[in-house]
Amino acid sequence: MRKIRVVIAKPGLDGHDRGAKVIARALRDAGMEVIYTGLRQTPEQIVTAALQEDADVIGLSILSGAHMHICPRVLELLKEKGLADVLVVVGGIIPDTDVSKLNALGIEGIFQPGTPMHEIVDFINRRVHPRVGAGS
Amino acid sequence: MGSATDTTHSKRRVERLYTPDSIATLDYARDLADPGQYPYTRGIHPTGYRGKMWTMRQFAGFGTPEETNQRYRQLLDAGGTGLSVAFDLPTLMGRDPDHELAIGEVGKCGVSVASLADMEALFAGIDLARVTTSMTINGPASMILAMYLVLAEQRGTDWSALSGTIQNDILKEFIAQKEFIYPPRPSMQLITDVFAFCAERMPRWNTISVSGYHIREAGATAAQELAFTLRDGIEYIQYGIDAGLPVDVFAPRISFFFNSHSDFFEEIAKFRAARRIWARVMRERFKAQSPRSWQLRFHTQTAGVSLTAQQPYNNVVRTALQAMAAVLAGTQSLHTNALDEALALPTAEAATLALRTQQIIAEETGVKDVVDPLGGSYFVEALTSELEREALAYFDAIDRMGGMVAAIERGYPQREIAESAYRSQQAIEAKEQIIVGVNEFMAHDERPISTLYIDEAAQQHQLERLDEVRRRRDPARVRAALDALAAGAVAGTNTMPLLLDAVRAYATLGEMCDTLRHVWGEYVEEAVI
Repeated sequence: MRKIRVVIAKPGLDGHDRGAKVIARALRDAGMEVIYTGLRQTPEQIVTAALQEDADVIGLSILSGAHMHICPRVLELLKEKGLADVLVVVGGIIPDTDVSKLNALGIEGIFQPGTPMHEIVDFINRRVHPRVGAGS
Repeated sequence: MGSATDTTHSKRRVERLYTPDSIATLDYARDLADPGQYPYTRGIHPTGYRGKMWTMRQFAGFGTPEETNQRYRQLLDAGGTGLSVAFDLPTLMGRDPDHELAIGEVGKCGVSVASLADMEALFAGIDLARVTTSMTINGPASMILAMYLVLAEQRGTDWSALSGTIQNDILKEFIAQKEFIYPPRPSMQLITDVFAFCAERMPRWNTISVSGYHIREAGATAAQELAFTLRDGIEYIQYGIDAGLPVDVFAPRISFFFNSHSDFFEEIAKFRAARRIWARVMRERFKAQSPRSWQLRFHTQTAGVSLTAQQPYNNVVRTALQAMAAVLAGTQSLHTNALDEALALPTAEAATLALRTQQIIAEETGVKDVVDPLGGSYFVEALTSELEREALAYFDAIDRMGGMVAAIERGYPQREIAESAYRSQQAIEAKEQIIVGVNEFMAHDERPISTLYIDEAAQQHQLERLDEVRRRRDPARVRAALDALAAGAVAGTNTMPLLLDAVRAYATLGEMCDTLRHVWGEYVEEAVI
């Protein structure tokens, strides 16, 4: 079976990439194909990467407080490109008040500090059915 | 029962008991000496905190300069003894608030400072000659320092009376925090420009704060933090010497900044080892003659990464213990984190409690009365020597690569740290390392605490002020200053006087940084997991 393909991205100006790198390795160790975009990616670059990499999942690592700007923009661009079925998950410092707002936009996988890695792996495994016919 | 050995966060084997045999090779005069004596393992001041208390310096900044100014006045009123500026991400990256990458980030992680006008508001009503100010900024360090200097000039405060620190440590940005602008080599030129300028004009200013804090936060072990930080220090000294500066002219103004993490004795040993290693490096490797060049002075911040979002009140206890370790090891200044910082920037109440934590240690516990109270402990001395050995092994590896800039270009410290970060996370998941409230002793009905929420008002305010600055200044004067800056950068002349002129003309931070981006280009990190 085709492996689940995940684009891990660090949007915005923040350079704190410990979380992004740790989760990238954890997902890889859990058998997923992981593409790490590196730092300071715009929503446009992230969605383009997802398209090019035929990703099933986009993981956004945001610690800077800019999530309410970045997440809606990523969702909007995914819709525009016909990629609305790509699962978007977010990790980082997301205040509870914003978690409900992001849930309302359709982002359910929001992982706050202290989340065990296996919880994120399980969430992705439960939610993603690798897109069939996509170039395996 | 308990096994004979156990592991710390750094996976260090420790014995159940330490005895005189554990330190049999240690020679008091050679390896320890009294406080104030080379190699300063026991401290740089003979009188410890009796002679000079540590500075309680709480890192703060959010929203607009006006909001942060209020927080500073509150911290000073509450007995804080120094200021420490946290800048927002656009400022740290040398971008004005109207840059496309700044959207949503203005004022979020710190205060937004885009021009001299913001610096004026940030320090309104604060006498620059009477406070010491630490500014945590690196890529655009010299531009921000120039703003502080021009502010002092406007107010008639002599530059030689200014006391404080500019972080100005770009190497750890490449290694860990990743807020870089230019490639490593031109970045090093900006730094040696600050060394040369301050040696002449700002004798009381710390020209750099060589930082292990961020290296540790990114996942390094205690030994890696110690090794990479001090090896960065060696690199700065070498570049200063190569730029033609006599070592004893600039080395005494180099300061350090470490993390104090949760493994109590290992942290104490790390700080003590740092002093001994630095003294020997400066005297033996660089032949410095002045004792002030040999003495490692350091600021400490408790470990942000140890704070948990779960059961946040537990963080007060963690922070108090970490702060105690730094004090027992003789830190010169200290920041204690607030209990809510895994969730947000701290509320005023949480920030005050963090300061009170230091005040309780200082006034109620008695630990400040004796210099290096753990000196001579079999365990602490053995651990100090062990950390020293581990750091020196890293020095050898990095020297073989051609120095720290070359090692960074190869991604060496970055990979070492990422590896440690991953191992540490695995240890937590496997419960080999217990984090109370996270993987053990969890609560199931936690009530959320109220946190500071920064809305978009700061961005609007900063955009308006930026417009106003651009409307009111003389555009021809700005253009001329920026052209002179570009020409100076190409010619390799000291950039500080040119930046001062640009600031006086109210050139913005983004404009100054862009001018140098055109000359030097931008650094793009290779993405590796």
